[in-house]
Amino acid sequence: MTAAIIGVGMTRFGRDLEHQLPELAFKAIDEALRDAGVSKEDIGFIAFGNVGGWSGEFFPLPIVCEYAGLNPRGGMRVEAACASGSAALAAACMAVESGYADIALAVGAERMNELASTPAIVELLGRGGNFFWEFEMLGLTFPAYYALFARAYMDEYGATEEDLAKIAVKNHYYGSMNPKAQFQKKITIEDVLNSRYVAWPLKLYDCSPITDGAAAAVVASERIASRLTDTPIWVKSQGIATAPANLTMRRDLLSIESVVEAARQAYRKARIEDPVRSLDLALVHDCFTIAEIIAYEDLGFARRGGGYLLAREEQTYIGGLIPVNTDGGLKAKGHPIAASGLAMIYEAVKQLRQEVDRGRQAPIKHGQALIHNVGGTGHFAYVTILSLEKP
Amino acid sequence: MRVPGYWRNMSFLYRLAGWKCVHCGAFHHYKPVVCRRCRSKEFAQVELPGSGRLIAYTVVRSPPKEFERCAPYAIGLIELEDGTKILSQLTDFKENELRDDIRVEAVFRRVRINGEQGIIEYGYKFRPALSQS
Repeated sequence: MTAAIIGVGMTRFGRDLEHQLPELAFKAIDEALRDAGVSKEDIGFIAFGNVGGWSGEFFPLPIVCEYAGLNPRGGMRVEAACASGSAALAAACMAVESGYADIALAVGAERMNELASTPAIVELLGRGGNFFWEFEMLGLTFPAYYALFARAYMDEYGATEEDLAKIAVKNHYYGSMNPKAQFQKKITIEDVLNSRYVAWPLKLYDCSPITDGAAAAVVASERIASRLTDTPIWVKSQGIATAPANLTMRRDLLSIESVVEAARQAYRKARIEDPVRSLDLALVHDCFTIAEIIAYEDLGFARRGGGYLLAREEQTYIGGLIPVNTDGGLKAKGHPIAASGLAMIYEAVKQLRQEVDRGRQAPIKHGQALIHNVGGTGHFAYVTILSLEKP
Repeated sequence: MRVPGYWRNMSFLYRLAGWKCVHCGAFHHYKPVVCRRCRSKEFAQVELPGSGRLIAYTVVRSPPKEFERCAPYAIGLIELEDGTKILSQLTDFKENELRDDIRVEAVFRRVRINGEQGIIEYGYKFRPALSQS
């Protein structure tokens, strides 16, 4: 059994206090249904990615279903921290591949600005680790977790803050051309280096922002997908893995072991041996600039210790070794936690169909794209391979 | 933190005391039912060595709500002499004294006073060791 994505939608990311969570979700669902050319009556199952806790609804899916007119269709909320969007896609694919539904909907939505202040949001996200032993007595924050990775990496390989800044500059460059991005503005290395420290050595411009937004994908069975569209985007494989929550129980801070495992599964199932020669582009989880550099190595785009050189040599722009984050990444496009994975899926689908705005369209030769979506600091890892070719 | 929760964690917070698996040596903050690494059920109470090596550290300048009065503060990932890794706030350091790989030692310090119920919370922090050889 195989599943294909036949429609995608997403809201414009940003600070959006005008729309409630169900309204954000509806906008993404509506666009995805139109894109797929199906109606809400055709949906057999809904997987709703949402981390929540910002305030608002405790059980958000029923409110989304009610608002979007999806009653009496059934579904469930899916949570895998910042990888919840990819987890929702996995659940929708499982529903279709098992034969439970012909067409399923994967939705991710988050309204982070419901929490009024940055310190309050920092507190909530800081709980993302091991609550007592990493947060309560220490005051570790999410940027601080990744700052530890950054320090370990810079120490081991000699990467500099300027190398990290290169990632932010690249992602803002592509964000400047993406009408759905939160920050549609180019920045310079100096802008990054002059921004204030959030958790040394990470500065404000090394960090993805606080964002409201939603994204959705319509997933269909093999039989239905080929009938409804000429360009179904096949979900060729998904690798799914976890790693210890507490950083003290990880092997080291130079790699995210769950990503290595998820990539191994995804490459094996998709029969990919040389990723950079098999993929047209990759969307990677750049919640912090260091995370994108480590992802290059964990995904096999660069050897160990060579990830920062890809950034330094600008090999991940279109025209380089492999284009990465052509939508602006989490850094510039925004990071509404549970929507991010599906927003990456949205970009990958549009890229493979060659429907992206000029300047951001990567050349499509192999017909394959990779989506790397990480929850926490690798607590969850999802690596998805999408393909124009039926597996 | 609530008072009972703080009391439960006192042995670790005050003297780095916890439980070690007698078969594989994995450290546990609480006495667990089974060892998460080797599944054995035998544990011995131990005090972790109070000194080790700093693997990596960061300085938090954008703190969570409850730590706003403490910022900026440094946090390090430390490998203790027996190989156990621990995360800790760092203290008593001079400017430019912190570097990855320096030797550090545990000290007893006030952690914060703004817990949920207003209790003054004490615990361990680590500082650079006087002798770096």
